[in-house]
Amino acid sequence: MHVVYPVVVSALLFSIGVYGVLARRNAILVLMSVELMLNAVNLNLVAFDVWLRDRLHGGQVLTLFVIVIAAAEVGLGLAIVLAVFRTRQTIDVDRLRALSERAPGEADGEVRS
Amino acid sequence: MTAQAPGFWPPSGPEIIFLLLGAVTLGSAVLVVTTRQLVHAALWLVVCFGALAGGYLVLTAEFVAWVQVLIYVGAVVVLLLFGIMLTRAPIGRSADLDSGNTWAAALVAVAMAAVLVTVLVSGFRMAYAPLDPGQGAAKPLGSSVFRTWVLPFEALSVLLLAALIGAIVLSRTDIKGRQ
Amino acid sequence: MIFVVALVVLLPFLAAAAGLLASRLRTGREAPGDRAAYRRAAWFAIAAATASLALTVWLVLVLTRGAVPAGEGRPFWTDLLPGRLEGTLSVVETGSVPVAVSLRADGLSVLAGMLVVVVALAVQVYSVGYMRDEPRYPSYSAFVSLFTSAMLLVVYAGDLIVLYVGWEIMGLCSYLLIGHWWEDRANSRAAVKAFLVTRLGDVGFLFGVFTLGIAAGSFRIDDILRADIPTGTAVAGTLLLLAGVAGKSAQVPLQTWLPDAMAGPTPISALIHAATMVAAGIFIVARLYPVFLGAQPTLDVLGVVAAVGMLGAALAALAQDDLKRVLAYSTISQLAYMAAALAAGSDRAAMFHLVSHGAFKALLFLCAGLVIHHAGSNLMSHMGGLRTAMPVTFWTTTIGLAALMGLPPASGFFSKDAVIAAVEHSRGAAQPFLYASALLTVGVTGAYATRAWLRTFFGPARIEPLPEPPPGTAHVFDGREAPRSMLWPVGVLAVPALLLGFAGVREVDWGSAAVSLVVALLGAGIVYALWRGAPDQDPARMLGPFQAPCERAFYVDALYAALIVRPVLRLARGVVRTDAKVVDGAVRGSGRATLGLSTLVRLAQTGNAQLYVTGLLAGLLLIAVAAVVLT
Repeated sequence: MHVVYPVVVSALLFSIGVYGVLARRNAILVLMSVELMLNAVNLNLVAFDVWLRDRLHGGQVLTLFVIVIAAAEVGLGLAIVLAVFRTRQTIDVDRLRALSERAPGEADGEVRS
Repeated sequence: MTAQAPGFWPPSGPEIIFLLLGAVTLGSAVLVVTTRQLVHAALWLVVCFGALAGGYLVLTAEFVAWVQVLIYVGAVVVLLLFGIMLTRAPIGRSADLDSGNTWAAALVAVAMAAVLVTVLVSGFRMAYAPLDPGQGAAKPLGSSVFRTWVLPFEALSVLLLAALIGAIVLSRTDIKGRQ
Repeated sequence: MIFVVALVVLLPFLAAAAGLLASRLRTGREAPGDRAAYRRAAWFAIAAATASLALTVWLVLVLTRGAVPAGEGRPFWTDLLPGRLEGTLSVVETGSVPVAVSLRADGLSVLAGMLVVVVALAVQVYSVGYMRDEPRYPSYSAFVSLFTSAMLLVVYAGDLIVLYVGWEIMGLCSYLLIGHWWEDRANSRAAVKAFLVTRLGDVGFLFGVFTLGIAAGSFRIDDILRADIPTGTAVAGTLLLLAGVAGKSAQVPLQTWLPDAMAGPTPISALIHAATMVAAGIFIVARLYPVFLGAQPTLDVLGVVAAVGMLGAALAALAQDDLKRVLAYSTISQLAYMAAALAAGSDRAAMFHLVSHGAFKALLFLCAGLVIHHAGSNLMSHMGGLRTAMPVTFWTTTIGLAALMGLPPASGFFSKDAVIAAVEHSRGAAQPFLYASALLTVGVTGAYATRAWLRTFFGPARIEPLPEPPPGTAHVFDGREAPRSMLWPVGVLAVPALLLGFAGVREVDWGSAAVSLVVALLGAGIVYALWRGAPDQDPARMLGPFQAPCERAFYVDALYAALIVRPVLRLARGVVRTDAKVVDGAVRGSGRATLGLSTLVRLAQTGNAQLYVTGLLAGLLLIAVAAVVLT
């Protein structure tokens, strides 16, 4: 198999994940997009492992590790999302603006707890 | 490795299958990031991950493919669905899933795709990987993990434990931070 | 031996330190509010002054035994006190011309030093009574001691830099003591004026010291006198020194501070502003006289300054109503006499007049203090008829005024005659002018001295007791003579004021003496005639339309205010405004500009993490593309 096929698929998948991270406002959708990006990486790893015929199977083992880490990341990410939801009643990323540079008296109501 | 590479046309059987699965993967991924319904996004994610697992199978990485099905399709998506439910997201169609950042995000994504595809195509145009079934089976992979990669494996178990405890602490409401 | 000289200088200094530091110490036995500090300060001051006087007398005895050096061209004081002591205590390496911390005692310096310690002791004793109710008496007496020490340092210095140190400490003490009653704004202004005007001259003085010292390769006075200094350098250096002399000795054009300095306590006026500090300028010229003789243009300038100063100041004295200002202008006039003698080539006459003037002018100031103490006012229009109430003061004042007018047998007759004879026989470019001015001034001096005498002690009594005397200047009228401790110094000073002249009786030029005596009596006679006509009116009315300009000292103060003070103030205000508007404006403006620019940057800080990541990735892509394209 030509290596170009899986590699291009993974590049496009990664770009779609980037779009999702940048454009979605729901934190859970952002997490899904991050999963897409991780999967693009995994596809790359597997493709190159197959191409290079690695005797130690470094690419596939690393893929397994990434899958495990991604599972842990989803668990932690969801916990954070839930904590945010509990305190702010919203998980819209673009409404969490506690980092914004505003004058102290300026009203930006709901995001400051 | 690339000396005896056949031409791009006609494509071989595995290549055809992989390209079809890739098209499904990409299509469902696009639907994940564009759909107006949260739950549909999670379901399209299942399709995407499943098609990707098929791609792994074609690439002879059968153990990775099964792990993908088990963990991603089985665990991660279920977790995400739980998250959707726990945050009381609207189940039906909702118009405000995209932020005002859409056009900039699309621009950056397209530019990134262009750069990546250009670089990868120009770099690996001639690379050819003959498929050799059995290389990614459970046995060689398992022996590799528990011989060469056993130390990262153990470290990973500690990481998982930490993530477990962190998730518990974050999601329980009766544990207060120090004031 | 040189340590005796050092001791003479150091004792008053130690007394000053002790008076400042120790007089307020509590021993525990005394109740607060008693006069222990006052008594202790008085003891410190008087003991040190007495010890210095005793040591100076001893120095005189030592120097008398010295051998007279042979040869012509020796300085005049070797006739009087032929011996000399000189010693270097330490040498300070400066990198170029070294500074020798050296002292010298010869005839000239012991002569001046004697005058200083005698007047200082008299003033210290007098002040005990005069400043009886003064809460700051300890610091006052300490400053007087410090001044005495500085003046003695000037007198005994063997090195011009050491001399300059004493010179500046004198200026400082003068400032501190003029402003002793600083609660009154006018007094502190007078102190600042004195300080600034003398400082103006001192800048020139310092550069003159540098010029001479570098030309001679040494700051030691002996080396400078021996060195072969080129005429141009000598003229430049002596002219610069002359600026300092004019500032310290209140000569034209820096004379304006001295009348205002009368704001200080009267004993201070006697010590600093009549007898010693103002004479220091004359002393310096006499000390460096060989150098000045080598610079004839400087002596001509000095002659013109003296001629203008003596007549102008005498006329101003004629029109003053304030007794102390009369004496102040008279001091300027008499110092101009000494300067005239120096310009005429006779340092001997100058020093003679310096010593006799120091005695009789200190006497006059102390008497004026008694009168003011008694009458409660400085103004002669508030006095009159005091002859019977204050017989001692009357007679001592009469002696002082006689010496001032130059009436025989008082000391002033001989010393002033020596000056006028020297001027008459000199051959300078300014000689005719100087001689005419000196003779005219003799007449005017007779007039103003007679006027002050008549207005104070004769005629109807005009004393009105003041209800609430302002600090220092006035005391409640009590109708009696002053306390004994104030009369003794006056009586003691009256002796040299009367008799000192007989030291120079051998050299009297009887011709010019007769002329000046006639002129002085003429001036006195005119005033007496006017006063006889109307005893309750001011004889100064004979000046007619010139009375106002004379009283204002020919508007020199107003002229300086218009020419110098106001432009400088305007310039200062301009500088302040420039500083506030331009310099501070630039600083504040840069701060404001930074803030303004930062608000633009702050617009990007929306708090939206997605925007940040978008920017981050876009930048990453740009960098990657740039790295590929550009390399």
